[in-house]
Amino acid sequence: MDLTYTAAQVAFRDEARDWLATHVPTTPLASFDTAEGFRQHRAWEATLNQGRWSAVSWPEEYGGRGADYIDWLIFEEEYYRSGAPGRVNQNGIFLLGPTLMEVGTPEQKARFLPHMAAGDDIWCQGWSEPNAGSDLAGIRSRATLDGDHWVLSGQKTWASRGAFADWMFGIFRTDPGAERHRGLTFILVPLDVAGVTVRPIAQLGGETGFAEVFLDEARVSVDCTLGEVGKGWQVAMATAGFERGISLRSPERFVMTARRLIDLYRARPNPDLRDDVVRGWMDAEAYKLHTYWTVSSLLEGGTVGAEASLNKIFWSEMDIRMHAAAQSLLGAEAELDGGAWLDGYFFALAGPIYAGTNEIQRNIIADRVLHLR
Amino acid sequence: VRFTFTAEQLEFRDAVSDLLQKQCTPADVRAAWSVGCSTARWKALADMGVVGLTVPAEYGGLGMDEVGLVLLLEEAGRAGLPEPLLENTAVGVPLLAAAGGQWLDEVATGSAILTVNLGQPYVVGADLADLLLLEHQGALHAVERADVELTARPSVDGARRLFSVAWTPVTPLAIPAPELDAAFDRGALAAAAELLGISRRLIDMTADYARERHQFGQPIGSFQAVKHHLADALLAVELARPVVYRAAWSVAAADPERGVHVSMAKAYASDAADRAARVALQVHGAIGYTWECDIHLWMKKGWALGAAWGDAAWHRRRVADAVI
Repeated sequence: MDLTYTAAQVAFRDEARDWLATHVPTTPLASFDTAEGFRQHRAWEATLNQGRWSAVSWPEEYGGRGADYIDWLIFEEEYYRSGAPGRVNQNGIFLLGPTLMEVGTPEQKARFLPHMAAGDDIWCQGWSEPNAGSDLAGIRSRATLDGDHWVLSGQKTWASRGAFADWMFGIFRTDPGAERHRGLTFILVPLDVAGVTVRPIAQLGGETGFAEVFLDEARVSVDCTLGEVGKGWQVAMATAGFERGISLRSPERFVMTARRLIDLYRARPNPDLRDDVVRGWMDAEAYKLHTYWTVSSLLEGGTVGAEASLNKIFWSEMDIRMHAAAQSLLGAEAELDGGAWLDGYFFALAGPIYAGTNEIQRNIIADRVLHLR
Repeated sequence: VRFTFTAEQLEFRDAVSDLLQKQCTPADVRAAWSVGCSTARWKALADMGVVGLTVPAEYGGLGMDEVGLVLLLEEAGRAGLPEPLLENTAVGVPLLAAAGGQWLDEVATGSAILTVNLGQPYVVGADLADLLLLEHQGALHAVERADVELTARPSVDGARRLFSVAWTPVTPLAIPAPELDAAFDRGALAAAAELLGISRRLIDMTADYARERHQFGQPIGSFQAVKHHLADALLAVELARPVVYRAAWSVAAADPERGVHVSMAKAYASDAADRAARVALQVHGAIGYTWECDIHLWMKKGWALGAAWGDAAWHRRRVADAVI
């Protein structure tokens, strides 16, 4: 066990910090859930890519730096400490990207990954349907083969960033006779083809953070099939594993929230809330340690299975606790619309719902770690 | 950064686990409530090198640090080990080493047993110990058992034998003040490590029960209310785990943030044990509320160690004083 950074890791951190210091926009970008904000965030992704910082853990041939997990964490730490914008293409870079590299054809990797890294293509997810949420295997949207095209019909919903995204990835029923987890295929869908209608949905905080996507005989080339036909569930679960695990919420976001919470406490000291504030700081540190513990194990050949569900429950509930503490510290001002803590609180409240509800995560832990059936 | 244990450390842990599974069964833990600690078990642990793990090699020990020790303390907690591994090996040995090394060759073989008290009202395992390291006015004294008078103060954990000790200070050991501060952190870290093992044992025993016990024609573990209780208990202990291991590294490396790291460890581990105990009791139902069911042996150990060496609230306050 050695919890110090190597000289190479320190140099990597310095390089990232220096680049970010000169490139991070000095005025905050508009929310990426607005058209103008989305455009600004897309431009920021392109800037990141020019510095080869948009997908540091990817291989160099696709625009990354081949960074290992520790270097990836170091970059994320510097990224969030620098106050850099949120990642509008996180669904692409952190979820679909690794899946593409694992199961995509060489042609698909060459076609999609560089555009993903550059922010030319912003991706959203097409998992949930109106009648398939926690019970995802109940999806009904179907894809029918017609020559060298899939013909897609049905409805996807809760597609974050879907309002402005260029592409959607999701699973579709390709064998109408198969039920549940069988007969599904993972397909990459361009959102600008005929038959695709995107309808933005206003979220709890008022902005159109997600969208529903209607598919009415939309034609998509078969070379947009990811993995084997009929094996979509397995491909999707690999993606969901990345999401619940380390890649969706790197620890430094929460460390920064905890630091802001301490700053708020210092500005408005309230001894009744001191324990809540220190719990927030400790939780963020604990989550960071848990992440380092997990990636160290991965680097030595370990695997992350159902334990990823523990992570997801912890970060999502910690985020709510920290924002609730901040709202308490703000007292009567907490209700004012448009406050940064209130916006953060709205966002945090979604955490236990998306990427598999925390109830589903607790079921997974009980089933697969504790073998309770 | 390499936040893992070596293969050797894990193999040693497994060997100790095997030994304790044979020599520290629930029946053995129960026996300690009535007849006290087992010198035979202590000798077996000494023969493996566990008792003298932190004793410098020149005195016949393994000369290992807290990173090497933390996994073994976790196993001690899992097994419910009644003997004072925490007081002897985690806290006492480094103090004697700082004082010049006297008695350490006997401690390494297990023929002399240490206990320690750093300002708490009662002394653990004082009846078993040959040498008591006792604090008086900020200085530490080494006192032989023949020179003290013991009054039993039964703990909620009957295997943890507590005593009031009457004694007369003579000549303090020459121990630098920073070493005394470090000794408190070593004790809190070791308690946190044992609490990890206790928590996980409670969860495993309870998951076993939830698979066996049927109601409404199915195992109670198939009900979501029960699953979620156990998932929450597991979450608490698995999140505490790397916090405790990091604290072990910080103590071993004399990291300047050692105090904060140890306090985080003790706070999370104490809370995890409390959660595990309550879930274990609730999921077991009425049988868990009986003397005959083994879970109380671990629940009570968790309560006692959760309060010892600073409870969760005390340690959170220590962190708050440092970071807020």
